[in-house]
Amino acid sequence: MSESHQKQSFLRKYIFSVDHKTIGIQFLFTTLFFFLVGGALALLLRWQLAYPGKPMPVLGQVFPESMMVGGIMLPEFYNALFTMHASVMIFFAIIPLLVGAFGNFVVPLQIGAPDMAFPRLNMLSYWFFWPSAIVALSGFFVQSGAAATGWTAYPPLSAIEGTGQTLWVVAVIMVGASSLMGAINYLTTILNMRAPGMGLFRMPMTVWAIFITSVITLLATPVLTSAMIMLLFDRTMGTHFFLSEGGGHVLLWQHLFWFYSHPAVYIMILPGMGIVSDVISTFSRKPIFGYHAMVYAIMGIAFLGFIVWGHHMFQSGMNPTVGTTFMLSTMLIAVPSAIKTFNWLGTMWRGTLRFTSAMLNAIAFVSMFVIGGLSGIFMASTAVDMYFHDTYFIVGHIHYVLFGGSMFAAFAGVYYWFPKMFGRKLNEPLGKIHFALTFIAFNCTFFPMHILGIGGHMRRIYDPMQYTHLQHLQPINVFITLSAFVLGVSQLILLVNFVKSLKWGEKVGKNPWESNTLEWQAPSPPGHGNFETTPTVYRGPYEYSEPGRSSDFHPQSEAA
Amino acid sequence: MEQVESHIGQMGVDSRKLGVWLFLASEIMFFTGLIGAYIVLRFAHLQEWPHPGAVLNIPLTGFNTFLLICSSATLVLGLAAGQRGYREGLQVGLFLTILLGSLFLLIQMKEYSILIHEGLTISSSMYGSCFFTLTGFHGAHVLVGVIWLIVVFIRSMQGKYTPEDSMGVECVGLYWHFVDLVWIILFTIVYLI
Repeated sequence: MSESHQKQSFLRKYIFSVDHKTIGIQFLFTTLFFFLVGGALALLLRWQLAYPGKPMPVLGQVFPESMMVGGIMLPEFYNALFTMHASVMIFFAIIPLLVGAFGNFVVPLQIGAPDMAFPRLNMLSYWFFWPSAIVALSGFFVQSGAAATGWTAYPPLSAIEGTGQTLWVVAVIMVGASSLMGAINYLTTILNMRAPGMGLFRMPMTVWAIFITSVITLLATPVLTSAMIMLLFDRTMGTHFFLSEGGGHVLLWQHLFWFYSHPAVYIMILPGMGIVSDVISTFSRKPIFGYHAMVYAIMGIAFLGFIVWGHHMFQSGMNPTVGTTFMLSTMLIAVPSAIKTFNWLGTMWRGTLRFTSAMLNAIAFVSMFVIGGLSGIFMASTAVDMYFHDTYFIVGHIHYVLFGGSMFAAFAGVYYWFPKMFGRKLNEPLGKIHFALTFIAFNCTFFPMHILGIGGHMRRIYDPMQYTHLQHLQPINVFITLSAFVLGVSQLILLVNFVKSLKWGEKVGKNPWESNTLEWQAPSPPGHGNFETTPTVYRGPYEYSEPGRSSDFHPQSEAA
Repeated sequence: MEQVESHIGQMGVDSRKLGVWLFLASEIMFFTGLIGAYIVLRFAHLQEWPHPGAVLNIPLTGFNTFLLICSSATLVLGLAAGQRGYREGLQVGLFLTILLGSLFLLIQMKEYSILIHEGLTISSSMYGSCFFTLTGFHGAHVLVGVIWLIVVFIRSMQGKYTPEDSMGVECVGLYWHFVDLVWIILFTIVYLI
């Protein structure tokens, strides 16, 4: 198998690379950058919510008249900010970070493959991804401003808004194409390119999670594409698919959109669950509790994810019987989710815990996911949702699962696989400071949102002070904004740590975490073709602390 | 290009073939979105929805459907010839398939121009929007298929396919039959029912 290490030009090696590791790292850098961009957009709109009508210090002068007048944000710009914050975070940060970056880098290594099944398709996927983000963000520089109809883009508004919305639609179609190429590649690679002995039930949880996620991507994304194309035609070709004035159906959009976008929340959380399972097992020095149950739980979540989309539409006037059906199917998701949660706890129970930065972030994932999951049950109930719908309660909920869930898992993944990517460790003390600040600031930012929501604070409003029933809640808004600034600034610690460790981080060998899975048997960083010889797999991925063995781990590829 | 190596993986199937099958699964969902929207919108407009025969030239499109089904048959025969090592048979099969596919597109363009001349456009009515979106996306798929077939045809002229490895022909075949199948569904629900 040993590949010839022929000299490659700089362009071929780092820019137009077809090597899954380079593409994964390209995705990692790009998505972390968009994570910062999305965060900055959120901080801008938090200023407006805490201090409505007050000029923004320093930055206020930088923005042109079309966005801020005298440092005071215009309502149209505010709408563009929350729309683009969500779009950037969902489409250009979290999905491509978890799937594009970790999926690409980790999957072939963990199954013992030299590369992905279709390396050039893989490259194309990246080259669809970042231009799509540029297209969406370029909306800020056109006259109408960026898309401003929320990331859900409900018509009729989204069918009649300005040019920025068209750019947004095109960008989402492009990033969908990128996701699809990735999904086809992951599925083929995982099905067809496993090393000898790597049976499906010897695959690490990260691989399982990316596998099931790719099935969701493959089947859900094209439906969004078809909806986006119809919306694009409504905007540019004079059709009326979603405009009632021409006989179209506004609700049709909501059905098609949520048919993708509910499964998409599992696209955003399942890879995180996989990463966290690997990290928790490694640093608890124990086999994952209930491996098969964990796999079936992922499948269960993925299947149920396809039949619950209507719970986003309880307020749309749907037949109450249909609403009840969607309520029941939604609540069923609590079962596989609880299986996973208890199994993570069971894995840590009486383990020899090693509190590395990766482990701390993974534990944070489990606890924050529980809070986000429980608040989800409130909204799954039709009667309760009637009250909570479109309030800050849902904003709190989504951030507990997306930041508290997906982002903490992504952080865990960054700390865990950084040594494999670059041959150096991230600085642990800095990592722990970053974790502690993020964890505290995160909870201070998003927990009070539940209280705002119960108080009736609507989401997506420009000026809460306009409403008498919200005025007494304003101190909470100020507190949230201050916490959000701490949260934003804390991410700079990760940035500094990342950049610093690339050059000066502690050098590590093949297996710094004493882990079992195959990627730790390859050099750090692995060369072209990954493994010196194709590994043979003899056992499952989580054989830690076997009784009667001198070392507490047992790599998958070790013969005896 | 690539070194000769086996693409047969753990599933006992060539990776390229598996990839095409997965791609087709996503294509099914794409057309499901469009067809689903069509069904919803048509049921919302049952009164004013024109009877298919009143607007569309069903015999012409019926003939066109026949051409497309024939093109699937010529491709199957070409592939079978190629797998027996009869290279000219493969080339004739591919050539006929390209010819029939192009003919399908030409007739569809003619149909479009007649309809537009009669006043039915993508923005003239919900019926027009649905008709042109559904058949247009299918036509785009046929166009992609014809281009892909031309590439395969050129490669077959260069002798790239052997009886042992004619995967390139098989892959385009899978796609072509899928496009054919989608047309049979679209022809039924748009033209006949």
